[in-house]
Amino acid sequence: MMQCPKCHAPMNTYNRNGVQIEQCSGCRGIFLDYGELESLTRLESQWSQQAPPAPPAPQAYPAAPPAAHAPAWGAPQHGGHGGHYGHHRQKGFGRMLFSS
Amino acid sequence: MTTTQSSVVRDLGALAHRLSHPAAARCGCEPPQILADRPDGTVVRSGAIVAKAHAADTDREALAARLALAADPRLTGILLPPLTLPPPAGPGARPVTLWPLGTPVDPDDPGAAPWAEAAVLLARLHRTEPPPRLPPTRGPAKAARAVARMSAALPGDPAVLPVLAGWRALPPWARGETPAPARRDGFLCHGDLHLGQLVRHPAPDGPWLLIDVDDAGVGDPAWDLGRPAAWYAAGLLAAEDWSAFLDAYRSAGGPAVPADGDPWPALDVPARALTVQTAALALAKCAAEQRDPDELEQLMIESCARIATLPPQLATDPAS
Repeated sequence: MMQCPKCHAPMNTYNRNGVQIEQCSGCRGIFLDYGELESLTRLESQWSQQAPPAPPAPQAYPAAPPAAHAPAWGAPQHGGHGGHYGHHRQKGFGRMLFSS
Repeated sequence: MTTTQSSVVRDLGALAHRLSHPAAARCGCEPPQILADRPDGTVVRSGAIVAKAHAADTDREALAARLALAADPRLTGILLPPLTLPPPAGPGARPVTLWPLGTPVDPDDPGAAPWAEAAVLLARLHRTEPPPRLPPTRGPAKAARAVARMSAALPGDPAVLPVLAGWRALPPWARGETPAPARRDGFLCHGDLHLGQLVRHPAPDGPWLLIDVDDAGVGDPAWDLGRPAAWYAAGLLAAEDWSAFLDAYRSAGGPAVPADGDPWPALDVPARALTVQTAALALAKCAAEQRDPDELEQLMIESCARIATLPPQLATDPAS
């Protein structure tokens, strides 16, 4: 099993859209083999052609600016403009943001 | 509503009214106003006094420790202090606490919601040494209870499937099945943060304070950030509001996330658990009110479905 070059925890292999990715079980950093980033980018551009606005870049690089980061399971409107939220913001929050 | 509940409302209103002005004064008061009426918290206001009846099965010792916390001078400017210690209540009755009136967040003005203020209050709370005798927080147990409530309300209903799938994809400790990892434990936490837990005091335009210490305890502070994180991830909370919240929390030295870099390794599991909890409670509520999920509730359910496909740390989904 591969070891993370950053924190030395074991890395798990998983498959994302047909691309093999190693992710660290400790710091969750991701290792891509040669050509895998290009494969992901290609998949991403196919996805954004199907479904504008653009989905987020895969959360592959922890060094990217953190403020706008969303988790991998985040809603597809992240990174786009408007989306659901602009609409909700005008309407008000709904009760959900005010209850346990 | 049962007669028991309405008698609680009546008693709380009478109590708050009696305390809101001297007995001899001529009274032109408006009738007491019900702010909340649930089995776990009935809240009635008269004048500048708010009376709250806690759940019947409240742990009295824990409530006393939490009230002492809200009254702790170290938390002045962070938590709204109670007016008095709770009056004694007989066995079976709901314990009652008294609070000064504050001005809540305006639900019709999302642009004015105090995200940054809430974050600074949380950071200051998390940085305060917890007093002895305060119980541990119960983030995973609360999520488990929400899922159980949903399952009981909608037996065999396919609507629960995405929420259950998200639930099963959580690590066992986040479902309350095994002890939580101890790495970020030991912090003073609010335990139930949402926009209903902030008021301006003194009303109407004093500084913002956190209210409701019923879930306050010692634990992992990331769970207090988990709801806003979950709302952001689901697309309910705008990126600029999330950034304002997160940046203010970090600037105030909040310990739940690293000072810079990616906050999601710390927030991921609590945000997933709170997504499932929120969706589960929404479906239970829908069942009780015999309606379909509204648009925002639907976003949380969709988030659960995505959570199910991307397990945390991806360790349960190894390829080849």
